[in-house]
Amino acid sequence: MKILALDSSGLVASVAYLEDEKIKGLININYQKTHSQTLLPMLDEMVKTLEIDLNDIDYLACANGPGSFTGLRIGVATIKGLGLSINKEIVDVSTLEALALNWAGADGIIVPIMDARRSQVYAAGYTFEENSSKPVKVIEPVNCDLSELIKELNAMGKKVFFTGDGVPVYKEMIEESLKVPYAFPNAANAYQNAANVAVLANIYAKEGLAKKAADISPVYLRKPQAEREREAMQGAN
Amino acid sequence: MADINILAIESSCDETAAAVVRNGREVLSNVIYSQIDLHTLYGGVVPEIASRKHIDKINQVVEKAIADSGMELKDMDAVAVTYGPGLVGPLLVGVSFAKALAYGANLPIIGVHHIEGHICANYIANKELEPPFMCLIVSGGHTHLVKVADYGKYEILGKTEDDAAGEAFDKVARAIGLGYPGGPKIDKVSKSGNPEAIKFPRAKVGGSEYDFSFSGLKSAVLNYLNTASMNNETIVTEDVASSFQQAVIDVLVGHSMEALNQYGFKKFAIAGGVASNSGLREAFEKACAERGIEFFLPPPILCTDNAAMIGSAAFFEYESGLRNGLDLNAVPNLKLGER
Repeated sequence: MKILALDSSGLVASVAYLEDEKIKGLININYQKTHSQTLLPMLDEMVKTLEIDLNDIDYLACANGPGSFTGLRIGVATIKGLGLSINKEIVDVSTLEALALNWAGADGIIVPIMDARRSQVYAAGYTFEENSSKPVKVIEPVNCDLSELIKELNAMGKKVFFTGDGVPVYKEMIEESLKVPYAFPNAANAYQNAANVAVLANIYAKEGLAKKAADISPVYLRKPQAEREREAMQGAN
Repeated sequence: MADINILAIESSCDETAAAVVRNGREVLSNVIYSQIDLHTLYGGVVPEIASRKHIDKINQVVEKAIADSGMELKDMDAVAVTYGPGLVGPLLVGVSFAKALAYGANLPIIGVHHIEGHICANYIANKELEPPFMCLIVSGGHTHLVKVADYGKYEILGKTEDDAAGEAFDKVARAIGLGYPGGPKIDKVSKSGNPEAIKFPRAKVGGSEYDFSFSGLKSAVLNYLNTASMNNETIVTEDVASSFQQAVIDVLVGHSMEALNQYGFKKFAIAGGVASNSGLREAFEKACAERGIEFFLPPPILCTDNAAMIGSAAFFEYESGLRNGLDLNAVPNLKLGER
């Protein structure tokens, strides 16, 4: 199986290539340039270096959210355009689930947290069964206040392994209020990584979960501000 | 000479559009998905909502444009996309999608200026039109008076200092209870109103003699409405709409005719969403006829945001050898003539 994967849902732009259960290529860039300027040139560089023939690829893959609305759309629009032109199906995977692979095999709850601003996070909780790289969901992906998440983790009573761009933002709050044991990531397993997306896509493609390019849509977990305000006004009337 | 076929994509505001254009003048397909109903709920375009709709619809729109053209993607000579000006979120969907589409199909990518597209709509509508000519672009986001020196060569003579003409239409329409989008609604009720009922100001601005300003006019309409309602006077919606529209038309026609006279142009074109306004079209037809100036205007389907116009503009860029890289980015405040 040959899979070309990307993730631009957060600060990192990342592209990866998986072939026969191995990651053969991976480029991660965390730089101030926009994903719009970096993502496709990175993909092209990887394709050229690995001498990939795009027509030989079995599936394309992308992180479908949650994440930065704009970053997410740059990645999803890229994969949808590529899917149409090379006529390949796409496996879209949760950004949070892909992040969970940063702690694959850890004995506890793996909690990816992404900064959603205003004391809020996008988060979920996963565990791993022995010898499996498929995360098992124990907390549904959610957009909530960090304090609510911490309350839930305290109630669950297990060791928590954090990852994601929310960690540096909310480190102090976590240290102050989390009562269970926890671990923070190091520089190498702190962020999104398209290799994780490729590994999950490899699993889900075999389960028949690939979709047509036209059917891929980001999962934002948060409504646009104008829509929220409109609903609040209607609720008040 | 071999035909040049370009697949073009436009997503700078609230229309998701794709088209295939041959040799810059012949439209093989032109697909537009308008989100207007969605934004009507909010009284104007909401960028985040527009961005979300673009990404959900873009594949269907582009696939239909390719199918309608009777060609296949691999038979195209280039992919073109609007990369500015416009709303950054919506632009990024089109730019990211178009670049990847071109990359996968091994085709060159060409970034197009949205206003340049509007001007080029005239090349599609009028096969004989060639530069030099003067063009007035009026839409919800833009009001530009432009000298078209040659294909791809532009000089801005005047632009709005504040609101775009279409924006003023939207704001006034909201104030008199006509709703969004304001342009077509004001145009319609104006027909049964008196354009001279209320004397609204025709603004002259300090900058270039051809610059425009519509926010003063909008305020004058709001003041009139406030005063009238405080004095318990009856407000005749048709008269307010008609008098407002006449004030906009007088300024647009006045500036354009002065510029045509000063620069000695014999050809004049209009473009953009507001160019569909029937009152404006009639006023320009009359003014141009009186001065012996040849007048060009695209049909309404090419005035609204569409991708056929982007495909036309891209053809002339293609012919001049322009190609963009895979790092092409959206530029929300891109200036006309800049690259």
